[in-house]
Amino acid sequence: MSRIPQRFADLSARGRKALIPFITAGDPDPELTVPLMHALVAGGADILELGVPFSDPMADGPTIQRSSERALKHGVSLRRVLAMVTEFRKTDTQTPVVLMGYANPIEAMGLTVFAQDAEAAGVDGVLTVDYPPEEAEAYSATLAQHGLDAIFLLSPTTPDARVEAVARHASGFIYYVSLKGVTGAATLDMAEVAQRMADIRAHARLPVGVGFGIRDPETARAVAEVADAVVIGSRIVQEVEASPRESAADNVRNFVASVRAALDA
Amino acid sequence: MQMYDLPDARGHFGPYGGIFVAETLMAALDELRREYEAVREDPDFQAEFHRELKHYVGRPSPIYHAKRLSDTLGGAQIYLKREDLNHTGAHKINNTVGQALLARRMGKKRVIAETGAGQHGVASATVAARYGMECVVYMGSEDVKRQAPNVYRMKLLGATVVPVESGSKTLKDALNEAMRDWVTNVESTFYVLGTAAGPHPYPMLVRDFQSVIGRECIDQMPELAGRQPDAVIACVGGGSNAIGIFHPYIPYGGVKLIGVEAAGLGLASGKHAAPLSAGTPGVLHGFRSYLMQDANGQIIETHSVSAGLDYPGVGPEHSYLKDCGRAEYVAVTDDEAMQAFHDLCRYEGIIPALESSHALAYAAKLAPTLGRDKTLLVNLSGRGDKDINTVAGLAGITL
Repeated sequence: MSRIPQRFADLSARGRKALIPFITAGDPDPELTVPLMHALVAGGADILELGVPFSDPMADGPTIQRSSERALKHGVSLRRVLAMVTEFRKTDTQTPVVLMGYANPIEAMGLTVFAQDAEAAGVDGVLTVDYPPEEAEAYSATLAQHGLDAIFLLSPTTPDARVEAVARHASGFIYYVSLKGVTGAATLDMAEVAQRMADIRAHARLPVGVGFGIRDPETARAVAEVADAVVIGSRIVQEVEASPRESAADNVRNFVASVRAALDA
Repeated sequence: MQMYDLPDARGHFGPYGGIFVAETLMAALDELRREYEAVREDPDFQAEFHRELKHYVGRPSPIYHAKRLSDTLGGAQIYLKREDLNHTGAHKINNTVGQALLARRMGKKRVIAETGAGQHGVASATVAARYGMECVVYMGSEDVKRQAPNVYRMKLLGATVVPVESGSKTLKDALNEAMRDWVTNVESTFYVLGTAAGPHPYPMLVRDFQSVIGRECIDQMPELAGRQPDAVIACVGGGSNAIGIFHPYIPYGGVKLIGVEAAGLGLASGKHAAPLSAGTPGVLHGFRSYLMQDANGQIIETHSVSAGLDYPGVGPEHSYLKDCGRAEYVAVTDDEAMQAFHDLCRYEGIIPALESSHALAYAAKLAPTLGRDKTLLVNLSGRGDKDINTVAGLAGITL
């Protein structure tokens, strides 16, 4: 059973917003991933987003693309990513884990096998960037059978009618992509984000997370004013990229802690 | 043959095709689909498209009976559909004219394109100049090196060429980067996709624009050869020249349709670009089709002497035609294609593109097994001027 709804309920009861950091599994090497996941939690993460490396990450910008390439050099497959989650669960049974990636590695593994193994590993939700709801009927149903949330994206260009359709298919939370463009691009127009959040809430009852373009504690705090969760990806991957291997976990924890402090202030 | 009316409303050719993109692109694809459905039935648009094909591209392209080559091979008669004689030297221009007219109708002032060999980049830069649009072409940095003359052509035509350094630095990475640009600039920008692949409606739209090739053949073959051909042969990378000549022939049950993929150094070597011959279905670049991938679903690097065939996927309609058996797909190696390239130069005085040389190579294998009363129609999709550096390099000559 997914830990995500309970986590949002707990946070809401305490008047807190969820902080969802992203790292790419296997970046910079597979042995560091589980320590980095624990460091994110120690810094104050509420849900972890773990990127599944793919050779052709069409929706990602250069930072996450490079992290994928580093992971693939170590041959990190979807099965290997699930093994990392299993390892993480040995010492953390509480923090929800969402896998974020592309359709082809899941199709190569086989949808049912993937859902079974992801459930067994302790995954809570799956966000597959290139499965829009129209192509995702079997996928959503299979994930649901295995207690996994199917998380879908909404974007600034999504018309209202589609917001409702996407919300009907989604579970766990909805991920609002706050920018046109790829991950790690440009900066946010907060007024636009606020307006879109209001539109989304008119159609969707699930918690809404906002990601893309959040690079510092101040922006995170501003986004948290209108969203239920703040997703930070490229900025954390940059921290991993720029850090010497032995201090990567500390640096990531410190950055996440600075965002946590801003969110809770 | 029962009625063939694919794709369905959401772009499916059986299990293939579809729309597999991030949410950010859904609205843009929807807009494109609505616009395209409107122009498909619009006589004014179709009339302008065909006027442009006639007066700007130089259509109809002739069919030529390659008699000396046929006599040398000693079997079936080989006819060539001369797409190499189009403006810019390949079939690519049919599609870019159509898409540029669509872009203009949609009020988009900026067009972007991906390119491998550079032919589609040149064809896009050409129409952007013709219709007064800004043009940005994404090209893998490896291909920028391999295809320097085409890079310069694009620049002469006023386009900006952006070398792509990610991944394998070839066509698939250029396509990723073009998609990223489109996601970022979706309101101002029209993405001119170069082959009958990508998310719906691109495979349908590119097929429709390229189908002028096959429709002309249906008129021309009876005049030249007294009847329709026994087989139509075309090379398949993404598959736009092949689907363009195949599609109008689908209802002609007596005409075999044969797609020729790049076997590179041989299918057994793993160094090839033949997803239909040696790949498995998967999802890449917004659609489901046969792909070159490893057991974990990662896309693997392809190899072909021909940059235009060096792509790990293939248009979804070809995957469908393969599975239902209406078309058959074979592969020829770099060496076989090179032999066919030289033969056409020497026997017919035509320098073919290395891509088209793959189709010629299979025709050269097939012709001697058939009687002299049989006819093979080969789509000569482009001319080989762009390839002379590659060919010279293989012979150890620096130009």
